Amino acid sequence: MKVNKALVGLSIAGALLLSGCANKGNSGDSKVKQVGVLQVVQHPSLDKAYDGFIEGLKESGYTEGKNLKINYQNAQNSQDNLKSMSEKLVNDKSDLLLGIATPAAQSLANTTTTIPTVVTAVTDLKAAKLVKSNEKPGGNITGTTDMGPIEQQIALLLSIVPNAKTIGLMYNAGEANSKIQADQAEKLLKKAGVKVLIKTANTTNDVQQVTETLAGSTDGIYVPTDNTFASAAAIVGKVVKEKKIPLVAGALDQVKTGGLATVGIDYKALGVQTGKMAAKILDGKAKPAEMAVENPKELQLYINKDMAKALGIDPTKIKQPK
Amino acid sequence: MTNIFELLLSTTSQGLLWSVMAIGVYLTFRILDIADMTAEGSFPLGAGIAAMCIVNKVNPVVATFAAFLGGMLAGLVTGLLNTKLKIPSLLAGIITMTGLYSVTSRVIGNAANISLLGKDTIFTEAQKWVMTRNNSVIVVGLLIALLVIGLLMLFFSTEIGLAMRATGDNPDMSAANGIKTENMKILGYMISNACIALSGALIAQNNGFADLNSGVGTIVIGLASIIIAEVLLKNQKIGLRLFTIVIGAILYRLILALVFEMNVQPSDAKLASALVLVVCLSLPNFRLHRNKKGGSDHATSLED
Repeated sequence: MKVNKALVGLSIAGALLLSGCANKGNSGDSKVKQVGVLQVVQHPSLDKAYDGFIEGLKESGYTEGKNLKINYQNAQNSQDNLKSMSEKLVNDKSDLLLGIATPAAQSLANTTTTIPTVVTAVTDLKAAKLVKSNEKPGGNITGTTDMGPIEQQIALLLSIVPNAKTIGLMYNAGEANSKIQADQAEKLLKKAGVKVLIKTANTTNDVQQVTETLAGSTDGIYVPTDNTFASAAAIVGKVVKEKKIPLVAGALDQVKTGGLATVGIDYKALGVQTGKMAAKILDGKAKPAEMAVENPKELQLYINKDMAKALGIDPTKIKQPK
Repeated sequence: MTNIFELLLSTTSQGLLWSVMAIGVYLTFRILDIADMTAEGSFPLGAGIAAMCIVNKVNPVVATFAAFLGGMLAGLVTGLLNTKLKIPSLLAGIITMTGLYSVTSRVIGNAANISLLGKDTIFTEAQKWVMTRNNSVIVVGLLIALLVIGLLMLFFSTEIGLAMRATGDNPDMSAANGIKTENMKILGYMISNACIALSGALIAQNNGFADLNSGVGTIVIGLASIIIAEVLLKNQKIGLRLFTIVIGAILYRLILALVFEMNVQPSDAKLASALVLVVCLSLPNFRLHRNKKGGSDHATSLED
């Protein structure tokens, strides 16, 4: 057996050196609150939620660099890293944790049952087993959901195409959040008496094909808040513009680049809302177990005027149905 | 800074679970000389099967074993595509991996993510005997890794096992000697993916959820663990090699954990991981230069 001693020695020395580097700072006074953040992937909506979170904390008196230290970890879509990162944040003795999107939230939940945790951009906290009930979470976790106002969005779409026979639904079946929303949309559409045509895409490469198929055989399209379709919103927009099909999407940004209208969530505002919840916990004024999960407070009707013009629809005629 | 001791415990516990995956990858990558992409599909499949069983109140040990069988089936499909339909191995793996995405989605109830929070897992069962959470993961992980290695060592000393190794080393010669090389390949794919699915099942239970997208990049983890093992100790007999892969898997986790400790910019994290891989993969070259022996860089010596 030839043990390469030099190599082993080298790697151990390297490891010690690295850990030595990381040892700086962090030993500040007890007034500085330490918040650990775990995000699944870089993504416009999730990044905005994070920015909002920091802003919400600031508005409540916690400023980074002054009395707040943020330890931010992003798994860059490699889920194998979530566990290591969660354990790091927990071992670092964070005062509070933030989980952004479902897998990150679940990973934190599985790593600690004591450190107060807030989550955001999770569609259904109860289905993800993060809380016992949305009114009374019961554990160390609470937060905000990004469940879109699907009912209002579907009503909006049907008010734009009142005579629709068939409505298309498209999303990535690989995203838990999208699936939950799409199921609800399907139910609502069927209740309204329209036929529903569903197509799913696993990657942005399939988006154009799916959109073309649906645009060719439906009177209107609904897309829930979906990372894949949000990333490919530009191509979606191009296709529906050509085929003159009104599209309502779950997220504002999706509509800005590739849809007609929506009543949507502002992820920045959602983050601010989450930050304020976190501040209450840091203040010691509230405990996650008793804090009800909050729905997005700020909704807004957004109309893509260029798209409306291209479809020959008068934007002033689009109103948010009651 | 995370306490070094806690960091070591955490990386050891996870490394042990990942080592089962790395051993699976080793069987195809080194023994059969195939890069089998099925791994990225059989990993979430195993996670999904185990999670679904556990949610439906199946005993976690049985659930974990069910995942093992599921992985075997996945390997069988790739094996058949590769040998019977003559689809090139890389492509056959990718095809199965792609198809498995839908299969796994079906398995976990047409969803993308299934939560195990608060459910009894193989680790909570063990926790009743061995106090802390990390301890139970380490004990169970070690037991399973040892079991897998033990069974594989037994297998490779049988006639079939030896035939499989010969098939990987020289398919033409093996066929000429009456070995059914196609069957050997199929069997190799099956055992390999069974191990990978088993690892997926264990990691899902440790993480508290199974996710449809959790397979992304897993084959890299397997390969990195193998290469690190080969850098540390080269030309080992197969039994010892399997043990060193466990160490390789733990070291890879440790290196990644140290990268996270340094709080690299999130957008740079992937680059940091890539650099770690480059360093690991290129170390053997430096060593070859030094030894000037050239010769076989085949990492497993065949003599027993």
